[in-house]
Amino acid sequence: MRAATPLAALNPVKRGAALRFTNRIPLHLTIAVILIAWATPTVGLLVSSFRPASEVATNGWWTAFTPPLTFTIENYAQVVTRRGLGASMMNSLLITVPATILTVGVAAYAAYAFAWMKFHGRDWLFLGIIALLVVPLQITLVPVLRMLNGLGLTGTFVGIWLVHLGYGLPFAIFLLRSFFAGLPREMLDAAAIDGASPFMTFFRIILPTSVPALASLAIFEFVFNWNDLLSALVFLGGSRDVAPMTVAVSNLVASRGEGWQLLTAAAFLSMIVPLVVFFAMQRQFTRGIVAGSVKG
Amino acid sequence: MVLPVLLVLYLAVAEGVVALLPKTRQAAVRPWVWVGPAVVLVLLFLVVPGLNTLYLSFMNADSTRFVAGANYAHAVTDPDFLMAIRNSLVWLVALPVLAVALGLAMAVLTDRVPYGAVARSMLFLPVAISAVAGGVIWGFMYDYRPPGAAQTGTLNALVTSFGADPQSWLVSSFTNNGALIVATVWMTAGFCMVILGAALRGIPDELLEAARVDGANEMHIFARITLPLVAPTITVVATTMVIVALKVFDIVYVMTNGNFGTEVVATIMFKELFSARDYGQASAIAVMLMAMIVPIMAWNLRSFRREEAIR
Repeated sequence: MRAATPLAALNPVKRGAALRFTNRIPLHLTIAVILIAWATPTVGLLVSSFRPASEVATNGWWTAFTPPLTFTIENYAQVVTRRGLGASMMNSLLITVPATILTVGVAAYAAYAFAWMKFHGRDWLFLGIIALLVVPLQITLVPVLRMLNGLGLTGTFVGIWLVHLGYGLPFAIFLLRSFFAGLPREMLDAAAIDGASPFMTFFRIILPTSVPALASLAIFEFVFNWNDLLSALVFLGGSRDVAPMTVAVSNLVASRGEGWQLLTAAAFLSMIVPLVVFFAMQRQFTRGIVAGSVKG
Repeated sequence: MVLPVLLVLYLAVAEGVVALLPKTRQAAVRPWVWVGPAVVLVLLFLVVPGLNTLYLSFMNADSTRFVAGANYAHAVTDPDFLMAIRNSLVWLVALPVLAVALGLAMAVLTDRVPYGAVARSMLFLPVAISAVAGGVIWGFMYDYRPPGAAQTGTLNALVTSFGADPQSWLVSSFTNNGALIVATVWMTAGFCMVILGAALRGIPDELLEAARVDGANEMHIFARITLPLVAPTITVVATTMVIVALKVFDIVYVMTNGNFGTEVVATIMFKELFSARDYGQASAIAVMLMAMIVPIMAWNLRSFRREEAIR
């Protein structure tokens, strides 16, 4: 431990820094207040999910840290086994992973053509994609529901994959096209002169050089699809066999009578995967969001 | 594992077929091999259903009879729908204003401290959380126990510690819409912060340094230099928030299910669809929601074309 140095004894540069720090106390305080306000809801959820029912019902989560400490994993055991959240976690993965792969793949093909091929109606078609970026999916619910009913695809994973794919494409194409269009023309010309087919160019040049953009899009789509409630409610029906986490948790909420200790555990369980993705790949996630919204 | 293989297989087969065509035809056909799947899916899931919904909005509940504007007439005289419109308008103003203002404050403040990156990732974290989980989180924050009982909701514990009575935030019509909007601000401000932060870092340091050398104080610099330069980004972010506000569904569905006067356009439509099974009415509501978004769509298109013209 170092002894505190009197301000006057510091060299001018260090003294300046120290003075700046005191001048900046209001700034640090403001940030601290915002951080506390932003973290409190999540911390309260996390703490409550590890407390026994009797405690959660009778006193606040902040009292959990005063002895006697009574933490338990019973709530998690209960929502995973008896409330079927374990199965829902699997469903969420089975819905989200394929939907994300399909969206990124189909969008990459289209984005390549929009960026580097000339064809009749290309610009109009792309304007159409831009227009569809903001379409609320409510406008499509009834007809798509009927179409999937007719095909026997409601309540199936294939049906919801197609729905996520259809709804996700405009944004995905928009994002990838702006990245592909920014690749150096010389690189693609050189490939063409060497006799590479578009197929080869796409897999050997475009995809490898676009890994950051593809990763951003994949993460964005993954989190977005994982967190979706409306399409799952509409197109998967009430069936518990195929219900993803969001539907399972909202059913738990709607059934009332469930104590907060179970709701908080279920909610936290539903957040784990997106949070892991978020912390592991925060840079790509942020980049995807920035690239996607700095439009127009 | 099967899906990536299928995706590649499609392209290989389609390109193989294109290669069989005479050279002169290849250039015209090939692009459609690449955009084809996307165009078909977008037509099938967005364009055709959208137009179909417009048509259905003029039909009766099970789409067997033409009823002209009856669904629209019914909607605009239905007290529930009018309440939903009123609430959606409140969302439309309050969410963008609060989320953008807070997001901008977060971006500006965290940019000035050495631990800014850590602070930003804490503030951004709720963006990755689903509105369903967010609904549970905030339902718990707003939890209400009668006066005298130990408050387990954070907000009421805070309120009662100042000597006030606990509030039933989600039931009282004074506070419930605000409570839902606050929960949504918590989930979206980090998104605004990240985008505005990127714009802030795009401002050249020399510009700010020059102003400081000229003796401008920080407030002046913010108002006269920073704000005008990030104004276009603020517009983009605010527009995104307007769309979020218009489409808001999950958080209301989970926290109040539209009860106690918190109905919004999307929840009303969901009820017409699944409780009343009135496809005509649900479609008319969806069309009106779409109509509110059309101006934003037009603005998007215009600015995109302007930008392409520059490129």
